[in-house]
Amino acid sequence: MKPVYLDNAATTAVDPSIIEDMDRCMGHVYGNPSSVHHMGIEAERLMERARTNTADALGAKSDTVIFTSGGTEANNLAIRGALSDLIDKGKTGHIITTAIEHPSVGRVFDWLENKGFDVTRLSVNERGIIDLDALKRALRPDTKIVSIMHVNNEIGSIQPLEAIGAIIQNAPKRPLLHVDAVQSFGKYPFAPEKWGVDLASLSAHKIHGPKGVGALYVRKGVRIIPQSLGGGHEGGIRSGTSNVPGIVGLGMAAELAAANPIAGHAMALKKRFVECIRDTIADFRINGPGIEEGAAHILNIGFASVKGEVLANMLSQQGVYVSTGSACSQRKKPHASYVLQAIGAPGDYIDGSIRVSFSRYNTMEEIEKSVEILKYCVGKARMFVRR
Amino acid sequence: MDSVILLRYGEIHLKGLNRPFFEGCLVKNIKAALKDIGPVAVITARGRFFVECPQEHAEEAMARLSRVFGLISLSPAMVCERDMPAIEKMAVELMEERLKRGDAETFRMSCRRADKQFGMDSMEMNRHLGGVILNAFPALKVNLDDADIDLHVEVREQVYLYTETIQGAGGMPVGSGGKAMLLLSGGIDSPVAGGMMAKRGLGIEGVHFHSAPYTSERAREKVYDLCRRLTPWCGTIRLHVAPFTEIQESIYQQCPHEELVLIMRRFMMRIAQRVAEANGAGALVTGESVGQVASQTLESITVTNDVAEMPVFRPLIGLDKVEIMDIARRIDTYETSIQPYEDCCTIFTPKHPLTRPNLDRILRSEEKLDIEGLVGRAIEGIEVMDFSR
Repeated sequence: MKPVYLDNAATTAVDPSIIEDMDRCMGHVYGNPSSVHHMGIEAERLMERARTNTADALGAKSDTVIFTSGGTEANNLAIRGALSDLIDKGKTGHIITTAIEHPSVGRVFDWLENKGFDVTRLSVNERGIIDLDALKRALRPDTKIVSIMHVNNEIGSIQPLEAIGAIIQNAPKRPLLHVDAVQSFGKYPFAPEKWGVDLASLSAHKIHGPKGVGALYVRKGVRIIPQSLGGGHEGGIRSGTSNVPGIVGLGMAAELAAANPIAGHAMALKKRFVECIRDTIADFRINGPGIEEGAAHILNIGFASVKGEVLANMLSQQGVYVSTGSACSQRKKPHASYVLQAIGAPGDYIDGSIRVSFSRYNTMEEIEKSVEILKYCVGKARMFVRR
Repeated sequence: MDSVILLRYGEIHLKGLNRPFFEGCLVKNIKAALKDIGPVAVITARGRFFVECPQEHAEEAMARLSRVFGLISLSPAMVCERDMPAIEKMAVELMEERLKRGDAETFRMSCRRADKQFGMDSMEMNRHLGGVILNAFPALKVNLDDADIDLHVEVREQVYLYTETIQGAGGMPVGSGGKAMLLLSGGIDSPVAGGMMAKRGLGIEGVHFHSAPYTSERAREKVYDLCRRLTPWCGTIRLHVAPFTEIQESIYQQCPHEELVLIMRRFMMRIAQRVAEANGAGALVTGESVGQVASQTLESITVTNDVAEMPVFRPLIGLDKVEIMDIARRIDTYETSIQPYEDCCTIFTPKHPLTRPNLDRILRSEEKLDIEGLVGRAIEGIEVMDFSR
């Protein structure tokens, strides 16, 4: 059997046409976009077209897009870059985030807390959504930045960003609003200009582009202090010779994502997946948002009396690739997912949780086949559970 | 000029008529340790080896040789002809190099003649060369009891000069004492046990039990990594990876759960012993330490030991966990061992395992299992991997 790849929230298969274009770019247009000669100018032209494509997908002007090495760098650059001035002057302030951010935001807030910042971490309800009133109450005159992710990587909850943007804009002393949009970019409506988002992080490899490239959207007029010094690339905000093939890949991925909306297909797959499980497997729960309410491409399911890690290994043996929690946390000490804890999932189901995530390459047959295999694996794993 | 490393070996001296055998093993291991480092020659002299290797690799060669069991100390040395002006020149050069570190005010000479035919005797040489050094470096003073620099000059077929001596790994040459089969889990203890027995001259092969899908592919990669980390000490390691899932599932289904770990360990011993016999290993090695976990109490060890017919070496038996961790850090297996992948010892662990098991009861439980069939199938399913430095 051909393996079934259901780990698309971790990363996605690169679109063959993107591979082709990147290959051509790497092989033929290898000039440095900062060079004055023809080859450099040609590389610059490719890069600027990618910038426009990326900006278009955000409904923004191209000069708002700063290319980075990916989502993690974009998150770090956004938050640290916004507060560097303050930190350098030995000042602090109040900052707000949520309890379910990706570590590349969460760890930055921990670090800022150590530097003396006052941190509010908004809790989420059992569906993984923050309380807007709590956000309003948390805002203070000295609140410097609010960082809230759009789509959560483990459970797929979608924060009401438009409403959040309105609250921030109406705050008497308006803080910056940063959004980690890595899981939503190219998949769900995201309009930073319209919603009052000041900074947004995105990544290419979650939408069939290459790894190692992403971008930070910076609203015009927002000041970001560079976090590495060098030749002053990307408007002085992010120095380093431009990763032209990667950037070309990001631009194409953004363009292709806009042309091929995935939400409808993914939602159909997700619904089918859940339907099949309902018919065949007992004692499970869907973690986080309701099926329709959550991101179409992410499904987090907990099975009672099973270890998620064992289940993922078993599925892997059978050619079905899924994750337990997020791919980023799996190599560390196995611990209960902080996201599942934040939504108050029952312990037995947390241990037995897996994340299934879809892409435009998955088919209905694959889903049905996978659930059959899943049924076999859950049954087997339950026979040998530790007591 | 090629640099020379002077190697001293210890216990082998005691081995009487078997000495050539032990020396042969040691030379083979020295050559294996340096095999990819460029043209290297090992010269044997009475009670010493000299390794000649290109100057640019000398530091790397020293690092590798400091992990070869059987060597008690190493000195990077310079070589010259048996000619007094040449010796004087080399002594001054070496001293100049050493003084660049700027931490020395006193020195002494330690000359030796392995060849008594050489013109001057040791005392005369000490006085003469001491004078030469004092002339060249008037700021230096002689201190016979507590010198900052001890300049050694050894007269053999050539003359060797050195100021540094670093400690070797000690022990016996790996392979000189035969071969043992190490039960390698992936935890902190078993690699240390393997390293300790290698130090006593045993060649090490490993047997690892994996229980996919209860254990992950990463757990297996981790054991490969541990083998790689052991090779600087143990030389080549052959690893036998035995499938263990069926055995664990059968025990789980048919035996009382509090006996799981003990019955499982008895199976491991049986399989390891068969593998040992088939590969010419004369002993088993485990990382057990009395009282560390339920399966390592005196009673539990009695129960697992019961299936072993060959000697089982447990070099960690009297060590504390902290002591074991210290050794693991020293031999550089610790960081790998603490990666958090479940191995087959932990995944099926019952909440309340027996700590004072009774052998008769365990034997009765085992009657329900097709021991021969299970062991046979595990052995048939073994995959072999070789690791060398």
